[in-house]
This record gives sequence, structure tokens and C-alpha cells, in this order.
Amino acid sequence: MVEIKTADELNKKFLREGMWPTIFCNGCGHGVVLEYTFWALEELGLDMDKVIFASGIGCSSRLPGYINADGLHTTHGRAIAFATGIKAADPDFHIIVFTGDGDCAGIGGNHFIHAARRNIDMTVIMINNFIYGMTGGQLAPTAPLGSVATTAPYGNIEHPFDICDLACALGANYVARWGVSHPYQPIKSIKEGLQKKGFSLLEFLAPCPTAYGRRNKLGDIKKHWAWYDDNTILIEDYEKIMTYGSEEEKEQVKDKIQLGVFQDIQKPGFFESYEKLVDRLKEKEAKTKEGKK
Amino acid sequence: MIEVREDWCKGCNLCIERCPIDALEESDVLNRRGIRPPRLKKENECNYCRLCELICPDLAITVISDDPDEEEKKPVKKTLLTPVGGKIK
Ligand SMILES: Cc1ncc(C[n+]2csc(CCOP(=O)(O)OP(=O)(O)O)c2C)c(N)n1
Ligand code: SF4
Ligand code: SF4
Ligand code: SF4
Ligand SMILES: [Mg+2]
Repeated sequence: MVEIKTADELNKKFLREGMWPTIFCNGCGHGVVLEYTFWALEELGLDMDKVIFASGIGCSSRLPGYINADGLHTTHGRAIAFATGIKAADPDFHIIVFTGDGDCAGIGGNHFIHAARRNIDMTVIMINNFIYGMTGGQLAPTAPLGSVATTAPYGNIEHPFDICDLACALGANYVARWGVSHPYQPIKSIKEGLQKKGFSLLEFLAPCPTAYGRRNKLGDIKKHWAWYDDNTILIEDYEKIMTYGSEEEKEQVKDKIQLGVFQDIQKPGFFESYEKLVDRLKEKEAKTKEGKK
Repeated sequence: MIEVREDWCKGCNLCIERCPIDALEESDVLNRRGIRPPRLKKENECNYCRLCELICPDLAITVISDDPDEEEKKPVKKTLLTPVGGKIK
């Protein structure tokens, strides 16, 4: 395998160039997540014939269409269910699900819950832009309090869904959240997620200047991107400040969104347990047959 | 050297604004969207950190090191930036 050195070579390998440029708005964070995923795949050297992408509906769910690999663009919220099916048909495949906050935490919430609980072997990359971008900016279940959306014109009064907390509680093997403006930790983290057996969730906080930023007065693209830097904190730093910091420092960071790896454990994935079950039953059957002889 | 796929650039200017050493500027040509894609400033100070390439939402930038020794090695993907929070420049 030729080692890829430049972004141009990377694009030639991974992009379905005829589909390019994307439909994404100027300054949308989705493309960045795609690029980080490419670098992670390239650094791992995975055989792209053994990687399948699945997605639901939304701007974020269009990503598999831009990738030169097999992909399933499914119905809204159902990507994880389809992905489970692919994995069941051939557990040799690596499954990557691209999904949005509406797709994954809203309409597809229950699929997500049970896939995480069952520890189904897949990597879910949920791109959280706090909004239903594709349909023009309805309130998403992940939107911070006070967010303005077409369906929340006076500001959101519903408490946002922390999807990473949920995944941790359900015992997913790998759970991490990142922003899009700093490349190295997320690329490394996607690699870790891809290598994990069982369920891994990577949540990306991605700017949506059109449907979220504009409505919430977050300013132009530059300011909108800076909002994410100013309002997030690495979990390690957060914990240190919360333990050793002064009251003033605590006050400054207490409402920031935490980034980092929240869970990294090694429970057997569903298909590993399933294989063992099949082996056990086969053995049992062989024994009973022998007994009959 | 940086190469820009001019037709892919949507003009968000994030590359220009986030370059840690302010090495980029808008060029004086318009692409077919009526946008001025980035280019390196005349006095080329690019240190090949590749941040612009990695955060370009439209995957329009490729950074190629001009340093002949550098070509041999895998490009260094390290920036001097702090991980999160704080100001960039
Ligand atoms: C069953 C069904 N309900 C509603 C829709 C309309 N719809 C299309 S995309 C979307 C929201 C997508 O939001 P999200 O997953 O956050 O993606 P984004 O566009 O923000 O990336 C909705 C409600 C649909 N396509 N199918
Ligand atoms: S509406 Fe938002 S999420 Fe959709 S492409 Fe535009 S910026 Fe991106
Ligand atoms: S980051 Fe990419 S899309 Fe944005 S101005 Fe630079 S080259 Fe163009
Ligand atoms: S590679 Fe780094 S220094 Fe060079 S233009 Fe890009 S961001 Fe600036
Ligand atoms: Mg969304």
C-alpha cells in the first residue's frame, strides 16, 4: 500500500470526486469531520473494501455519498438499525455510521439506545450542530438552553440531551466528544473508536452557520467557530479546576461543554458474544450426536 | 507551497484566520462562485503545520513542503496550538 502524504492524495483515494464540492454551506463543520475520518482510516490502513458507511437523513447524513466506498443512505433515524443488519450479515466489515443530532438523538434515539446497550460492533459518528440543519432549523434535542430555532422562536426551555452521558450509562465501549477546530485529538480518537470492538460513539460539535449560528446571533463564520473554542473545555482540565480551582475559576468553567474521551472500556461486543454462543451450541450438538452413536 | 482546488473553496476564510502565523491571504482572482480563494503571502512564512489543510471544511487545500529533506519524512502533523479554548492568534 502506498503511504499517503498529502491531502490531495488523500482526497484521490477517499473522495467520490464527481460528487464534490459538497452541498454544505460555507463554513459548515461537516466536511471537517469527514476529513478527520479519512486521516484516521488512512493511518489505520484499513482495507476500504471492508468498510461500509451508513447514514440516515440530514446534512450530516449526506457524508457517505461523498466517500469512495460502499454506503447506505437510509431512512431518517434508522442508520444504526441498518448498520446492525450489515454487521450481522458479515461481521468482517467495519461499520461507520454518520448521523446528525436530530437523526441520532431525536428520531433515532431508541435505535441508538439499544445498539449501545447491546454493544453492537460499530463506530457511530454523531455530528451535533444543535439543530435540524437540513430542514431549515427546527429545535434539536441537543440544543443548549436558550437556543433559538424555528420551533423555539423565544428560546429553548427544554434541557438538552447529553448523548455522551447516555452512551456511558449504557456501557458503550468507547465514548468521546470533540470539536472540529483542533485536528489531532479527534483523529487519534476516531482511530481508537474504529479499533474498538463493540459500540463506539464519537460526538462532534460542528458549527452550522446557516441554521444555528445565524439565528442565535453567533456572528460570522469566524466568530461562530470561535464560540466553540470559548465554550468547550477538555475534561481533564475541567476536572482539575473543579477539584483544585478557586471559586472564580470554577464559576468560569462550570457551564462549558466538556470534550475528551469519557469512556474507554473493553466489554465483549455483541458479535463476539454471539460467536461464542454459536460455538458453544455447536459443541453441545456435536456431543449429543456422539452420545447417540 | 499550498495548492488550492479553487472551485472547491467556498470562501469561509477559516484557513486565513486560523493560520497560526498569518501566512495566508485572499488571492486576487475570483473563482466561479465569485470567491477569492486563499494563497500564501509574498514573503512565504508558512511552516507547514498543515492546520489550514486539516480544518478546511471543503478539503480544498493541500500543503506541500518545499523543504527537500521534509519530502522524505512523513509530514509533521504537529501544531503549536493549545488543544482547546483560548485564542488562536
Ligand atoms: C421520518 C421523517 N421525518 C422527518 C423528516 C424530515 N427531516 C429531514 S432531515 C431532518 C433533520 C435532520 O437533523 P440532523 O439529524 O440534526 O441533521 P443535520 O441536517 O442537522 O446535519 C428531518 C426532521 C424525514 N426526512 N423523515
Ligand atoms: S444547514 Fe447547517 S448543517 Fe446543513 S449544510 Fe448548512 S451549515 Fe451545514
Ligand atoms: S478554509 Fe477552505 S473553503 Fe475556507 S477559504 Fe480556506 S480554502 Fe476556502
Ligand atoms: S500550513 Fe500552517 S503555517 Fe502554512 S499556511 Fe497552512 S496554517 Fe499557515
Ligand atoms: Mg443537526
